[in-house]
Amino acid sequence: MSDLDCNEFVELVTTFLDGALDDETERRFLDHLSACDGCDTYLDQMRQTTKTLGTLPPESLPDDARDKLLDAFRDWNR
Amino acid sequence: MEPEARIGSADFPPDEVLVARLRDGDEAAFVLLVDTWSGGMGRLARSFVATNESAAEVVQDTWLAVIRGIGSFEGRASLKTWIYRILVNTAKRRGVREGRTVPMSSLLPTDEDYGPTVDPARFLEAGHEWAGHWREFPAAWPSPEHAALSGEIHAQVSDAVAALPDRQRIVITLRDVEGYTSDEVREILDISAANQRVLLHRARASVRARLETYFATVDTERIGGEAVP
Repeated sequence: MSDLDCNEFVELVTTFLDGALDDETERRFLDHLSACDGCDTYLDQMRQTTKTLGTLPPESLPDDARDKLLDAFRDWNR
Repeated sequence: MEPEARIGSADFPPDEVLVARLRDGDEAAFVLLVDTWSGGMGRLARSFVATNESAAEVVQDTWLAVIRGIGSFEGRASLKTWIYRILVNTAKRRGVREGRTVPMSSLLPTDEDYGPTVDPARFLEAGHEWAGHWREFPAAWPSPEHAALSGEIHAQVSDAVAALPDRQRIVITLRDVEGYTSDEVREILDISAANQRVLLHRARASVRARLETYFATVDTERIGGEAVP
């Protein structure tokens, strides 16, 4: 039986995803994960959250600002 | 964890090629960089200054500084990291002028960044046989492929990020939205990996909680209820 509680598990998720848990804590983390569906779901949702953040569409530069920069680049290299 | 590949990054020229082209005055190379990176730069700049307009000007000023400074770029950091450092310095100077200071010290975690990131009421209380375990498991979310929701999901996530304290928003923007590694963020902002994690974890937990709340609503009202047209 794992000695990690769910409320401790949820606080270790980001350190785990960074690969920064020490070996002993990582073992306890994985032991708990394998035995607890709730924490499995939580970890998965944190991963999905991160993934969704990575798909936010970037805003593009307004055309006039882009044109101005290109002019500046040309001038500088003239 | 490996940073996830960004869209279009596969064909992106390596730094030494880009730098050589910029120094040669190659407009196509400059346009490629401006088009690829300005969006992320604007998002980061917005964390330091008061308005979107101001953030757009910071991005422009940064590119002007890049044009002038590319000749002295030494390649000690990656090109993108170098440009982001210029951006952060430009944004901070401007933020100070606007009275919206985000000094470096405020990028460090404060007391309120520690403590539980999940509502303690979600877990069984002390004295219970299963103290510290979920009272109820988190509800499953609809599959990520549920395309009809993706626009709304993006809106929810954007709102949740915008509502975060500056220091959390800056770190989650760089790490998760822009996909920087913790080493790169340390180079850009001078925050240790451990301190980044404190801020990042709290920020992610807030965004996750927002999605959880959102999915709980759509599940019952839209997906689980009447058919979506």
